[in-house]
Amino acid sequence: MSSLVMLITVFVLALFVGNEIITKVPPTLHTPLMSGSNAISGITIIGALILAGVLESDPQFNQVAKIMAFVAVIFATINVVGGFLVTGRMLKMFQRK
Amino acid sequence: MDMQNITNIVYLVAAVLFILDLKMLAHPRTAVRGNQLGALAMVLAIVATLASGRWDWTYIILGIGIGSLIGAVAAIKVKMTSMPEMVGLFNGFGGGASVLVAGSALIATFNAVGAGADAGDMQMKVATVLSGLIGSVTFFGSYVAFGKLAEFLCVKWKLHNWQKIIKYGSSLAVAAGGIWYGLSLDFSPLSIVFMVSMLMIAAMLLLKKDRFPGMNLLKTLSAIAAVAIGVMLVLDPSNTALFWVLVGVAGVLGVVLTLSIGGADMPVVIALLNSYSGLAAAATGFVINNTVLIIAGSLVGASGIILTKIMCKAMNRSLANVLFGTMGPTADTPDADEVYKTVKSASADEVAMTLEVAQRVVIVPGYGMAVAQAQHAVRDVANFLEDKGIEVEYAIHPVAGRMPGHMNVLLAEADVPYEKLKEMDEINPTMDQVDVAIVLGANDVVNPVARTDPSSPIAGMPIIDVDKARTVVVIKRSLSPGFAGIPNPLFAADNTLMFFSDGKKAMLDLLAALKEQ
Repeated sequence: MSSLVMLITVFVLALFVGNEIITKVPPTLHTPLMSGSNAISGITIIGALILAGVLESDPQFNQVAKIMAFVAVIFATINVVGGFLVTGRMLKMFQRK
Repeated sequence: MDMQNITNIVYLVAAVLFILDLKMLAHPRTAVRGNQLGALAMVLAIVATLASGRWDWTYIILGIGIGSLIGAVAAIKVKMTSMPEMVGLFNGFGGGASVLVAGSALIATFNAVGAGADAGDMQMKVATVLSGLIGSVTFFGSYVAFGKLAEFLCVKWKLHNWQKIIKYGSSLAVAAGGIWYGLSLDFSPLSIVFMVSMLMIAAMLLLKKDRFPGMNLLKTLSAIAAVAIGVMLVLDPSNTALFWVLVGVAGVLGVVLTLSIGGADMPVVIALLNSYSGLAAAATGFVINNTVLIIAGSLVGASGIILTKIMCKAMNRSLANVLFGTMGPTADTPDADEVYKTVKSASADEVAMTLEVAQRVVIVPGYGMAVAQAQHAVRDVANFLEDKGIEVEYAIHPVAGRMPGHMNVLLAEADVPYEKLKEMDEINPTMDQVDVAIVLGANDVVNPVARTDPSSPIAGMPIIDVDKARTVVVIKRSLSPGFAGIPNPLFAADNTLMFFSDGKKAMLDLLAALKEQ
């Protein structure tokens, strides 16, 4: 199996898993669901880190590409840190009695 | 086992934890733990990545430092009433990050090609185009959603200084970036397309209205142009300038798609942009061949699509209608003065007297509660009534507020237990046993015309049937129409009392009146 077909398989199966579990989230928690899933979409940080940390000796090294990746690291980190923190803040309010 | 396998196994663990995070969000009791698992998964994925190679750490440490600081301050400072703006803005950062990663990967790959490496394969090319296209629509669309929710885009009134800085600063930056990069492309057809796109974005962000003639045509044209440029980029990926032209044209599409959407349709758009930010991340995963990006991205994509569907259903509209249609009064909309001939206005004392003798009270909050920041005052009134043995519940319409679950978060902030928040389908069958229904800053979602008049713009939209309660108290500042722009006969019904006031002041006055009796 080629790597592309494997990646598409992963993609399609993950869509189905997402569909199954998210249908069970009650409307009360839809705002935390959005901010929480938003934090998860900050996973782009992985790609940003790999490209921002390229060594100068690497054939892929390019200063413009690196600065773009640096800005991407900042954006994705805002998404991740801000997203998980604000979701936690909201969910604590739902938890207390 | 080699390093690559260990990294991939940690990615798998992270993916499983992300799934558990979303699964545990199904109940308020487990949700906090779920969110912590999600954060742990992110840390694991980052550590596994950084441990898998040798890096130049400068930008990595600096980027994470700056991003963490901004993200943490924003998350701690934001008011719960401003959650829609915050989520809108964060969606944009996600989309922006995907664009930059895809662009950076493209440049880096063809830099290496220049040094004798193999060109990227078809998968990488197509994924780069998708990532740039979806990411750019998300980035610019989210900025518009943020600006409309924070009330500095498409408004006629005077702006605060911070709003002016963001509004004019963004337009200036887009225009300047467009001209600078466009000129560096030497007036080729590409440079003209790029400059025109960026200047159009800059201009549209300065508009004081959210509609202009030819909007739907522009939506279609920019979508076609974006796809065409995308195909050109797949055929000739070494021409990296094409990537930026694609981002510019997709940006026009993002702006024009979001611009015409306001008020009650906002929850749909926020959910849709949430979905896009996930799909953009998944596309980026195909660019850099990374499974954890694909899994996490598609989970978020699925989540956003489900929420979009729920919101559309709650308004009885299709997604196409929200994105391309217009909503507003039709020719045969009844005249407001005629409808409101028999409106009865009541004071806090009169409302308090009605509540005194009630056994079951239902509160229906809307966006007005968020604007007035009335959630704490509402809770105080509800607590007072409950101490007198009156049953109090809250009926939440799915599209009340400006994002899915907006009302629930505000009431949770005010310590209202979530068991008291009832969904529309749960409360409607028992609405005729309700003594007093208090409508606080909601309008279209309680308009009985949706049930009775098939020619109305909101015909068929599911509503909360407050008109079936014995008495309805509507707290509103004036008789102005809701987003649909049509009068609401509920306000003039025999069993309705209009309490004209700001939401918070109304609740405080009501509490004082209740205490006096």
